[in-house]
Amino acid sequence: MTADGGPALRESVEEFLYREAALLDDWSLDAWVDLFTEDARYVVPTTDLPEGDPSRDLVFIDDDITRLRARALRLTGGNAHREHPRSRTRRFVSNVRIAETGDGELSVSANVLVFRFRSGEAAPYVGVVDYILRRERDDFKIAYRRAVLDLESLAWHGAVSIIF
Amino acid sequence: MDINDLIIDDRQRGIFRVHRSSMTSMDLFRRERELIFEKCWIYVGHESEVENPGDYRRRTLAGRPLFLARGEDGKVRVFLNSCPHRGALVCRRAAGNASILRCFYHGWSFNTKGDLIAVPGEDAYGPGFDRGELGLKEPARVDSYRGFYFVSFNPLVEDLVTYLAGARDYLDLVVDQAESGMRVVSGSNRYTIKANWKLLVENSLDSYHLLTTHRTYVDYITGLGTDDSRATMAARPPGLARALGNGHCVGENIARHGRPIAHWHPLFGEETREPIERARVRLVKKYGEERARRMADTSRNLLVYPNLLVLDFVAITIRYIEPLAPGAMDVTAWHLVPREESGALLATRLDSYLTFFGPGGFATPDDVEALESCQEGFRASGNEWSDLSRGMLNPAPGTSDELQMRGFWRQWHANMQGRGRTNVQDGEPEERKTAAVSVSDIQGNAPAGER
Repeated sequence: MTADGGPALRESVEEFLYREAALLDDWSLDAWVDLFTEDARYVVPTTDLPEGDPSRDLVFIDDDITRLRARALRLTGGNAHREHPRSRTRRFVSNVRIAETGDGELSVSANVLVFRFRSGEAAPYVGVVDYILRRERDDFKIAYRRAVLDLESLAWHGAVSIIF
Repeated sequence: MDINDLIIDDRQRGIFRVHRSSMTSMDLFRRERELIFEKCWIYVGHESEVENPGDYRRRTLAGRPLFLARGEDGKVRVFLNSCPHRGALVCRRAAGNASILRCFYHGWSFNTKGDLIAVPGEDAYGPGFDRGELGLKEPARVDSYRGFYFVSFNPLVEDLVTYLAGARDYLDLVVDQAESGMRVVSGSNRYTIKANWKLLVENSLDSYHLLTTHRTYVDYITGLGTDDSRATMAARPPGLARALGNGHCVGENIARHGRPIAHWHPLFGEETREPIERARVRLVKKYGEERARRMADTSRNLLVYPNLLVLDFVAITIRYIEPLAPGAMDVTAWHLVPREESGALLATRLDSYLTFFGPGGFATPDDVEALESCQEGFRASGNEWSDLSRGMLNPAPGTSDELQMRGFWRQWHANMQGRGRTNVQDGEPEERKTAAVSVSDIQGNAPAGER
């Protein structure tokens, strides 16, 4: 499936995803939001409807850039009580699949495992994250990020209080 | 601790306290199952969740696996999800459509009315074997009100309409907003909270915590240009809190930044202005100015005792609480929308829901944290009482005055003492339960009190 560009493209995409994961684990959410385009969308469907469409169905999260910035501000401002004090997270990104969409954008999917530790709870968020990445100068920007959880219910997580 | 002493209700001094063992004791948890969840009407689902003949959907109610099914005859039924043969779950997918449900264990098959229609090797059974006795079992009672289906495991329970008491009018205020009925959109929120279920009942009715717990939500909504500059306790209209009989309670507030039904706000975008204003004209024409304003300009947090919440403010959510243990509950929430809405109007409503509600919203995660924090705090012991006295002597109780929570707790206490749903002194004169409420009452001129 790897498109033209071969190993070099794969390397640059994977490097980008690892960088994103590191920003999230470091709670550098301002820098994380800067990875997005101005017309970006961040969607997390519900656990019972992974194919959920925000224009029609109930989803957990459907942020445009304005709400994404507000989310980052909220999570780092000390008043998002579910994450204050913050949880410790560690992200593992693998099984990266890359396809050219034809208009200079890349369609990328990655398996993601996030361990979250807080208040004696240690539980993983597991799923797949689909991206549309737009080439910008020598780097990428995220135009679309859809994070689909494999969990049957949020169960003991109680919320999607971190960025998945 | 004696059950009679679990609540201090001193109306002279205006003190109301709940003993925290009510939220930590396994004995009391079992007693609740027996005296509340096995006795009351319990919400099971909305008619739109099984829209077509053959549609089915699983549920767990007070620990019992059930499923809703719409028969080929169009009727909605609720079945215990257990094969009459050996007990296996008959319905194993979360939802779907089938004309025949076949138990995978020995292959007994049932139609959508629950009749046993096929038994492999039936000739091996004797003459006493009667298929007619071996259909899927239903809970003792099933009934619906305006599309909301309830079951009761108590054959002697009063009829649903009587049970709903004053909550009926509030369900009407929600359902009547739609021109062609309401439906639940696909997708639901399912999460677990490590806290006693009654803490979420309280929290869902509580306006006192808005400006503290949900500071980030208020900041966000203000940042979008809404006029929440008056976002201080003193400056807000007090709203109206009522106990509606039988433990049902409500808090009503003046909507401060529009409602997806018939109250447009710039936040929703120009595109939706015309259809939202048109909906208002329709409501005024059909229900008159006062009731239309009630639907469009006020919001309500309604408890249908014991564990159903209909929260109608930035959008309408149905929230069902399933107690798991003294310190744990499962929560499921759905989004209820008018059937006639589509396109930009529906998109606006879906978006409005997400800002506040849901595990990924800007408010719900903080509530989850607050409740778990309480439950953990209970372990500190040495401080055995939770206080819900706020506004107890206020002659015109507003939504920050905790009357709604006291109404719930008084009914809970009566049930736990083995008393029924009548003659509970929930703090409201009988005449006020049925009195017409006007928008100006909610604005801050409420009559009556709690004495």
